[in-house]
Order: sequence, then structure tokens, then C-alpha cells
Amino acid sequence: MSRVRSLLGSGATLPVAIVAVWGLATHFGWLDVRLWSSPAAVLQSGWTALQDGSLIAALKASLLRDLAGFGIGASAGLALGLLLALLPLADILLEPTLNAARQVALFAWVPFLSLWLGNGEEGRLAFIALAAFFPVLLNIHLGARRVEASHLEVARVLCLKPHRVLLKVILPSALPSLMTGLRLGLLYAWLATIGAEYLFASTTGIGALMMDARELFRMDQVILGMAVIGAVGFGLNVLLSRVGHLPLWRGLEEVP
Amino acid sequence: MTDLSQWAQSGARPGLRIRRPAFSPAVASGALKRLRPLLGWIVPAVLLLAWWAAANSHLVPEEILPAPATVAQAFSTLITSGDLQSNLLIALGRVAYGFGAGALAGLAFGAGMAFSDGFARFVRPTFLIISQIPVLAWLPFLMLLLGIGEALKIVLVAKSVFVPVALSTFAGIRGVPVRWLELARVLQFGRWKTLRRVVLPAALPQLFNGLRYGLTHAWMALVVVELLASYEGIGYLMIYSRQLFQLDVMVAIMLVIGAVGLLFDRMLALGEAWLTRRYGGAS
Repeated sequence: MSRVRSLLGSGATLPVAIVAVWGLATHFGWLDVRLWSSPAAVLQSGWTALQDGSLIAALKASLLRDLAGFGIGASAGLALGLLLALLPLADILLEPTLNAARQVALFAWVPFLSLWLGNGEEGRLAFIALAAFFPVLLNIHLGARRVEASHLEVARVLCLKPHRVLLKVILPSALPSLMTGLRLGLLYAWLATIGAEYLFASTTGIGALMMDARELFRMDQVILGMAVIGAVGFGLNVLLSRVGHLPLWRGLEEVP
Repeated sequence: MTDLSQWAQSGARPGLRIRRPAFSPAVASGALKRLRPLLGWIVPAVLLLAWWAAANSHLVPEEILPAPATVAQAFSTLITSGDLQSNLLIALGRVAYGFGAGALAGLAFGAGMAFSDGFARFVRPTFLIISQIPVLAWLPFLMLLLGIGEALKIVLVAKSVFVPVALSTFAGIRGVPVRWLELARVLQFGRWKTLRRVVLPAALPQLFNGLRYGLTHAWMALVVVELLASYEGIGYLMIYSRQLFQLDVMVAIMLVIGAVGLLFDRMLALGEAWLTRRYGGAS
């Protein structure tokens, strides 16, 4: 009896129950079957998309786009963040402006980028880079601020050159923050990739796949797309958590 | 042999020349610190000036970046026609409903997970699945289910608020020092008094952190939904002017979107400061 109870109280119960109710509801027609696909149909469409290679192709297009944009944005954020860490004057001059620019809801940039750079790949990459830029910048900035004053004093006493201070004092202290920044940047970049594929009228990628499916009322493909997007986000999160030895839950609330 | 730390503290000693560093990382001197709020305005001022100069000398074509005067003109037109006010009001209403619903649900859910291990075990994987699927991935699904009416916007905004608030509430309550709870037991506080006097003040900073993220996310989520699926609201106004290539209007709306985001952030910071003073939050 207690085993049954502990089984029912486990975390698997709720998802299984939801899928079961969903399956029964589509089977008996409690839900509008013209709109709702059954769980089996979702699996079926996932299998088909895997077989004909369309899912892999879309995933590859999205991931490549994501990584390219992330690379650009994260390097820019890293460079500017280190500059602000090294030059107090630059920090004082730029920080309020950067903080204000951060408050603009990210996606409001899309119409501008599409006007300036066109609806093509440049606009998409610029948007993804912008999404990755701010978390990396802010976190390296935060980390560089947490460097112990006494460490800097020792560096000064030892007459270390600026690049040595950067490599031997600032970077090691700022590393945990930097890892958090990179992780958030990667997750934001993934979000921005999907957004860019919706908003920049993309023809490739998971986002384009989902928008097409929505227009055709293909609920099975939409749910499949949701699962893939969630899984990729989760995978990126786990990957960078492992690299940075961070707890998986830290910073999760920062990602919409 | 001089003690190293003493040496470091004393700075330059007579007769002992220490090479002055060309920089002092992230440590501003006193004078700089006092001038800080003023200095922050330099870059915006320079940018504005550069923008004005570039537009005036026709270095940048109007189709790329309209002149500040044109943007100001567009802004005043938006206000006199009432378009800005009506669409902003619609957007803010959606944020209010979505944020309210999401924050309440998040607080209740987070508190439930924090107070009951059984509940936490029961819902954790489901919660993880929901939270790992970003708002943007829910969007096409919910568009199919709910159409593109008000329900879609409110549900999406609520989702974007729910996750950070639930996580922060959970972390905040779980983070209350055990010793404080023991003290409350020794002082024979009732359940309500413990919650009010111990748990709430201790969890307050975390809770507010969650609400702050929540509001930022809410604004971002709303702008996305309005860009993609709406016939009114501030994001729609933006897309509409994009289709007409009215860049001046777009810049004006962009400034409004940024200002609202900044205002939200400031409001919650002030609210947090007030509550912390009032209830003696511990951080």
C-alpha cells in the first residue's frame, strides 16, 4: 500500500496523467480532433521528421545560427566587460547607458534590425548576438567588481603589467561570474534564435518549422517543436552547468 | 625585511619609489565617485549630439536613422492623435493581468514546494518541463489553442512571470536560516507569527528578486506577442509603423518601450526598499 502511495506521489505521476488524459480525450473525441493531435500522432510525426531528415536539418540550421550569433555577441560582451573592468573611467562613463539600453525589451530591436540589415541572415545573426551580448557583459562586469581589493594591491606592489593583472588576478576571480554570464548568454541566444526565425521570416530552422505547422494547424508538429526547443535549451543549460560546476537551478529564473 | 601587507598599505614611502600603475581596476577615486551620476550623462549626450550631427549633415540617410527633430515630431503626433496612449494602456493592462495572475500563482506554487516536500516531489518534473520550454515555444501552441485574443497575451505573460517567481519563492523560503526557525520555536511563536516575523522578512529579498525578473520578463514577453500576434498594443504599433517604413515613429516607440522597462525596474526597486524598511528584511 505504501509503495503504491509513494509511486503515486512521485514526480512521474503528473506528466503521465496529463498525457493519459490527453490521449483518452483525443481517442474519445472529447477534444476537437480537427485541432488536437493525439500523443501517438506527435510521436509519429516526430519519427517521420527524423526519418526524412527534416527535423535534423532544421535543428542543424537553428543550432548553427545560434552558435554563430552567440560567438559574436559573447566575444563583444567579453571584450567590453574586460575593458570596463580595467578602466574605471570607461566604467563610469558607459555603465548607466548600458544599463538603460538593457531595459529595452530585447525583441523590440527586431523591427529595426530588419529595416537596417534586411530580412536575411545578417539581421538574424545581429539579433542573436545582441541577445547574448548583455548577459555576458553584465556578468563579467559583476565578477570583475568582486575582485578582492587586497589582490589588486598585491598586483600593484608586484608592479604587474595590465595584461598580467587581467590574466592572473581579475580573470580567475571573475571566472564564476563569467561562466554564469556565458550560460545565460547561450540560453538567451537560443531564445533569440527561435524569435529571429519567427520574426525575420526565416525559411529554415525549428522556429520556421513551427510557424509553418501553426499555419497549417498541424498541432502534432507544433508540440514536437516545443519539445525540441525545450530539450535543446535544457541540453545547453546542462552542458554549461557541467563545464562551470554550477548547480543546475542557479540562474534558471533569469531565462524567460 | 618589510612586511608585505604593511608595505602595500602604506603606498609610496619616502625614498622608495613605487611605479604608479597606469590603471586601478574598478576602484574609482573619491572625486570620480562623487561626480559619477553626472558623468553617466556624458555618453548619452555625446550620442545624441552625434546623432543630431549625423542627421544634420546628411551623413546618414533618413531611411536609416531619422533626425532627432523628426523623431520628436513623430512622438508629438503619436500623443496628439492619442495612438500612443491608447495602445500603451492596452499593453499595460495586459501586463497587469498577466503579471498579477503569474505572480500569485508563482508565490503559491513556490511556497507550496518550499513548505511541503511531498508537493515538491510531486510537481518538480512537471514544473521543470514547463519552465524549460520558453515563452516563444509556447506561443504557436497557445495561438492554436486560444487564437490571438486577449487570453493568449495574458497566459503567455503569466507564464513568463510564474517561473521566476515560483523559483525565487522556493529558494527564499528554503533559505531561511534554520537557527532563526529554532529561535521562533523557543520563543513559542505560532505558525502565523513565525511566517510573518521570521520567514517573510528572511525571504523578502529573494522574493523581490523573483518579482523583478518576472516583471522584466513580462514586458519582454508582451512585446514579442504583440509583435507577432496582435491588432493593438505597443508592439503592434511598432510593427505597423515598420510596415509603413516610418522609422521616426519606430524610434519614438522604441524609446517608450525602453522607458517603460526602466520604470518597471525602478518601481520594484523602490517597492523592495520600502518593504525592507517596513518589515525589516534581512539580507
